[in-house]
This record gives sequence, structure tokens and C-alpha cells, in this order.
Amino acid sequence: MKKLLLGNAAVARGAYEAGVRVVASYPGTPSTEITEEIVKFDEIYAEWSPNEKVACEVALGAAIGGARAMTCMKHVGLNVMADPVFTASYTGVNGGFVLCVADDPGMHSSQNEQDSRHYAEASKIMMLEPGDSQECKDYTKAAFELSEKYDTPVFIRLSTRVSHSQSLVEIGEREDIELKPYEKNIPKFVMMPAMAMKRHYVVEDRIAALKAFAEETELNTVENNGSKIGVITSGVTYMYAKEALGDKVNYLKLGMIYPMPEKKLIDFAKGCDKVYVIEELDPVIENHCKALGLDVAGKDIFTLIGEYTPNMIRKAILGIDAPESASLEEQIPVRPPVMCAGCPHRGTFYVLKKLGLVVSGDIGCYTLGAVAPLQAVDSTICMGASVSAAMGMGKARGAEFTKKLVSVIGDSTFMHSGITGLVDIVYNKGTNTVIILDNSITGMTGHQDNPTTGYTIRGEETKQVNLIALCKAIGVEHVAVADPFDLKNFEKVVKEEVERDEPSVIIAQRPCALLKTVKYTGHCRITDKCKKCKMCMKLGCPAISADGDGVKIDLNQCNGCGLCINVCPFEAIEKEDN
Amino acid sequence: MTRNIMIVGVGGQGTLLASRILGNTVINEGYDVKVSEVHGMSQRGGSVVTYVKYGDKVFSPIIDRGEADIILAFEMLEAYRAMPYLKKGGKMIVNTQEINPMPVIIGSAEYPENIGEKMSSKLDLTQVDAASIAKEAGNIKAVNVVLIGVMAKSTDIPYENWVETIKSTVPPKFLEVNLKAFDLGYNS
Repeated sequence: MKKLLLGNAAVARGAYEAGVRVVASYPGTPSTEITEEIVKFDEIYAEWSPNEKVACEVALGAAIGGARAMTCMKHVGLNVMADPVFTASYTGVNGGFVLCVADDPGMHSSQNEQDSRHYAEASKIMMLEPGDSQECKDYTKAAFELSEKYDTPVFIRLSTRVSHSQSLVEIGEREDIELKPYEKNIPKFVMMPAMAMKRHYVVEDRIAALKAFAEETELNTVENNGSKIGVITSGVTYMYAKEALGDKVNYLKLGMIYPMPEKKLIDFAKGCDKVYVIEELDPVIENHCKALGLDVAGKDIFTLIGEYTPNMIRKAILGIDAPESASLEEQIPVRPPVMCAGCPHRGTFYVLKKLGLVVSGDIGCYTLGAVAPLQAVDSTICMGASVSAAMGMGKARGAEFTKKLVSVIGDSTFMHSGITGLVDIVYNKGTNTVIILDNSITGMTGHQDNPTTGYTIRGEETKQVNLIALCKAIGVEHVAVADPFDLKNFEKVVKEEVERDEPSVIIAQRPCALLKTVKYTGHCRITDKCKKCKMCMKLGCPAISADGDGVKIDLNQCNGCGLCINVCPFEAIEKEDN
Repeated sequence: MTRNIMIVGVGGQGTLLASRILGNTVINEGYDVKVSEVHGMSQRGGSVVTYVKYGDKVFSPIIDRGEADIILAFEMLEAYRAMPYLKKGGKMIVNTQEINPMPVIIGSAEYPENIGEKMSSKLDLTQVDAASIAKEAGNIKAVNVVLIGVMAKSTDIPYENWVETIKSTVPPKFLEVNLKAFDLGYNS
């Protein structure tokens, strides 16, 4: 039976069919749906871990314990788990261990455009790269087999277009894979210098064996169309090339991109007059070819930045322009993402902007606090950096500056990697104020539970991390809780806390407006008391816009959250029932 | 030969259900199919684009400039933005709703005027007041199914086959409204 599956769902299906028993991940676009799909299979233990490092260690532990195990992450999540990854390469596995990393060329929802293929070479872990959903399933199954056969973790590398495209997949049955026996093996699993040094030899031998495998595996396929032009490519870029160039060129499609073959590449190039390497982001395949002495064209004609398209490839190789089409003859406004109507973060950023504070930001929906009209956020680097970067900024510029500085971090991001930064502030005598934006969910990636919500990935009730008790246990003596929609009180609390010569935490508590449990009713209406001062427009609510010299509220967008009522100085906005 | 259909709109307008109905219908016709969408940041009220491609064998999941046979637009400005993607001789179907993007809301840009006229001078344009039709069908939220109905008429897939997919995609309690919305769109 064939089904239309998202690339991510196909990875999950492949893992299921391969008999995976444990999957641990932290959500991150474009990888999130893999683990969400895994949850649909009762046979598999799945969890949202507090961060990717924990997820990787949980999955690795399961593999050492004899189970087939997987962890899934977005590209920057791989940075967070890099520590165990590099050493897992040395220990190898017991049950198969697969790490599924989703890159985001074009940065549809990421803070950088890193090419995770570099990690494969750096950590000496084999990497497969599928190009559509069927390959996602097949390669995932192959990855578990190869992991056990070669005693190695295996990377699957996805990209946004593979993860978030649906295509047809042949559905199979789950293999019944027994737990492998667990035996104590100190030289293999205790990575202290004497043991690890011996394991490094094992790693190099393994890479040599995998290089030989790369020459013969069907993962690397040659498609000879009798052309004198050769194209070396992989993943979704193969699909673009195939669409652009059809049968006009020969292809070498690398399904396994680390380690790469040598003889296969040399033989392929020999049969062609001109060889192109087509790969998004960095010249990983190209550099390998050049190291083999092959004369290939690559980044000299293709960009290092963003996604490729078939038109781009057709133009570069065949010199054919994109088909003619109607063009826009005027500049049109962009439509950037915005905080939703009813978003609790809107109240927080309105107050922070009003107070003119420097805001050290973080990763989540609230990064949108940096866009117009609020433009309240000063910096966003990575998960957790809001807290620790503010500590550094405060130490650099002094205690008075720190009184004009706050960190904002979501509840899930705080659990992920904000806690350690807060420990640093307390331990090293910082005086920062950290605002935890507690919207009761992991918002940006589409509502995943986390340690502060009180529910597991399967929706089962569990212990809920008490943020107040946690902050106090760390040593923060001033922990305030405030509703960011009660603007007056919220402003008062922020003013009080930033003034302190000690660390403080404000928990801005109001749930995400998109949660099913949040029921705003009715809508807001502008009355004739309106003096057209446009204070309400400073909120950047998508429902409020200019109407001539006045203001109107779009009833289709307004969900009746009432924040604009709190901001209006003339009581000119009223709540109305639907 | 692949057929390329682009669905464009604003995050939250229900374009995803439309692409699901379209995708499932063309599979039932025995075609190879790819449906590509982007999740995450772009859903927060930003522009959303879904590509649906079907044929004997589909390679690239994306539709490039000048390649779309049909663009189904849920909003005027998004239709206009997507216009360069329409193939010469292709068909644009647009819901007449206008939603102001943030730069317009805060007054740093203006919503382009007379988008309908500008596009109809360049291409085959069908404008639909899908909200009114959805209301007539019994629920304003059925805008997406109305638009699928209008688009279905421009494909060579029979009416009944669309109805079958809607029956298997939409929850039973909304089925009647959605079937009516589809029919009104199809016959509009």
C-alpha cells in the first residue's frame, strides 16, 4: 500500500518498521514532526527531552542498553548535542543508533544556515541523505542496519524541503527486533584516555571499511544517459537537477555523503567532458572531488547561500532562461510573520519598549518582539543566550546599565538551557532580571509539552517543574509572578525588579492564545470616545489597523483578548459579544 | 507532464486543508504526487505557500517561476505576489478577501490598489467572493473548500472523485457544510 507521507513522517515510519524502541528529541523546525509521528506507534517509548544533549544521551543509553534508538533535531540542535555525539562515535553502539538532523537552507525558521554535513566528517560518523519521502523511509531502515553492522551511530541528514514535502511511500510491516543482550564492556563504553585512545583506532578502521562500502553500496547510484555532462549531487538537490536537466546529463547521486567513495567518483568523472557538483550550502562534495584531483565546477557557478531551484540549475548548466511569466511592476509590501492576536508576549514587549529597556532575547515566538512596531528585542543568538549574554553585558557595562537590561526567555527554552545561565548570574554575583515568558507550552514549533506543562509527549499527567521553587532553589531571592496583560501591574513589577542590586526573576504568566484551553470570547470595538491617538496601534496587533486618520478593528482577526482595552487612555475600546 | 498547482495565502487561513484535499484526490487518480509546504515561523500570520505537483513521475517538490498551471490564492496581495510563478496561459483563481500585512497596518507601506484589474490585464483571472459563498453554504470557515470547488472545475478530475476525498478528509459533523461549499464553488 502506498501513502502520501511527509518526509518527517516517512522517517518515523522507517524507524517504526526497523523496530526502533526508544526515540528522544527536542522539538525544532523542520524536524519536529518525526517525533510527533513516532508517538502514534504504541510500541515505541518516546519523549520530549529538556534539550538535545539530554535527548541524544537518552537515545545513546538506550542503544548501549541493546535497543534500536533514535534522536531527531534541527541543525542547531546538533550543536547542543555535539558533546555526546563525538564520543558516541568512539563507543559505537549495541542496538542501532540513528541521529536525524534537519538542516534549513533558506532559513525558513532558523537563526543560521549551517551545513550539518560538516559534523559527519568532524565526528567520523557515517551520514545518509534522502531526497524524498520513500528514501526517507528506506534510508532510515538502512541506517539502523548499518549502525549495527559497522558498530557506529548513523546520521540521517534532511533539509526543510525533504522534511516538509509529502510524497508517496510504500508502507511495510514492523520488524520484530529483539533487545540485544547487555554486557558490561569497560574498554568500549568507558571513554577515559587509555580506553578512548584504543577506540580511536577502531574508529579509523571503521571509516576505512565504510569507504570501501561507499564504493559498492546502492545508496550511491550512477545514472548513465550517454551524455558527456556529468552531475554529482545528493538529496533534494538531485530532484531539482533531475527536473531541470532530465536525461540530458549523467548523474551520480550520493545517498551516502560521509564517507564518500573515491573510485566511484573518479570513474564517473572519467566518462564525462564536464562535471558539475550541485549541492546546497557548503562545497562538501566539491571539496572531496577536488581533493581527489577531479576537475569539477561547483561553487564557482552556484551560490553558497539559500535554497536552489530547478530554474537556477537549468540556467547554470544548459543556459536556458526561466520560462516567461507576468512580472510585478511595483514594489509590494512584504508579509512577515507576526505575533498572533491574543499573544501573551505582546503585553510583555509593549511594557519593555515603553520602559526603554535593553532586551536580551531568545529563540521562540517571542523573537518576533524584534519586528515592527514593537522592535523591543536587542539581540537573539541561540537557545538560552538571553540569560547568559545579559550576564556578560551587565558585567561589561556595570550595575547601573544592568538596571536597564532584561532577559526574555520562554518556559521551554528556559528548561532547555536558560537554567545554567541563571545559575551563573547567582553564582557570579550578577544583578540581572530574567523574565520567563510562561505561556504554558512550547509555542513556535506547534505546541509541544515540556517539563513545565505537567504533561508528557503522550499527554499523560506527570510532575510539573515549579518555576518559582526552581529559581529560589538556585538562589534567586526575588521571584515575582505577573500577568503581562495587566499592563499597569506588569510595568510596576518590571520597574521594581530591574532596580534591585540582586538577581531577580519575573514569571510572565499567560497561556498561548492558540491553546485549546484558552477561550477568549467576543471581540473588541472602537467607540466614538476614540480620540485617534493611535496608542492601540503601538501594540502591533494584526487585528488593529489605520482607517483614514482613525483606527479600526478587524473582527475576523480579533479574538477578544482585550489587551487594547488596557492600553487605550480614553476608554474608547469596548468588549462586545459575538 | 506534471501539473503544477500553487496554493498561497496568509498563515491561519486554512490553506493546509485545501492542499490535503487536493493531494489526496490526485493520488486516488493514480498519479505520482508531491506536496510541499513550509511550517514554523512562516505560519505566524506570514505568507504561506504550498506546492502540489502531480503526473507520471514528479521530481522537484517545488514550483519555480513561470511553472504553475494554476494558482489558487486565498488573499489578493498573496495572489499578486505569486503572479510571476504562473505559467504563460495558466489560470489564477483568487479569493477577493484583503488582509493587511504588518507594514500596511503600521503605515510604513500601502496595500496595492486594484490588484484584480492589474492581474486580469496580464492573465486568466477568476475572482471569487469565497466568504459569501461559504456563508451561503452555512459556515464562513468553509472558504477553503469553496475555493477547492472553483479550482476543481479547472482540472480534468471528475466531480465525484473530489467529493469522495472530501468525505474521507473532513470530520463527519462538518461534512454537509463542506460538500455544499464545494458544490457552490464548483458551480460558481
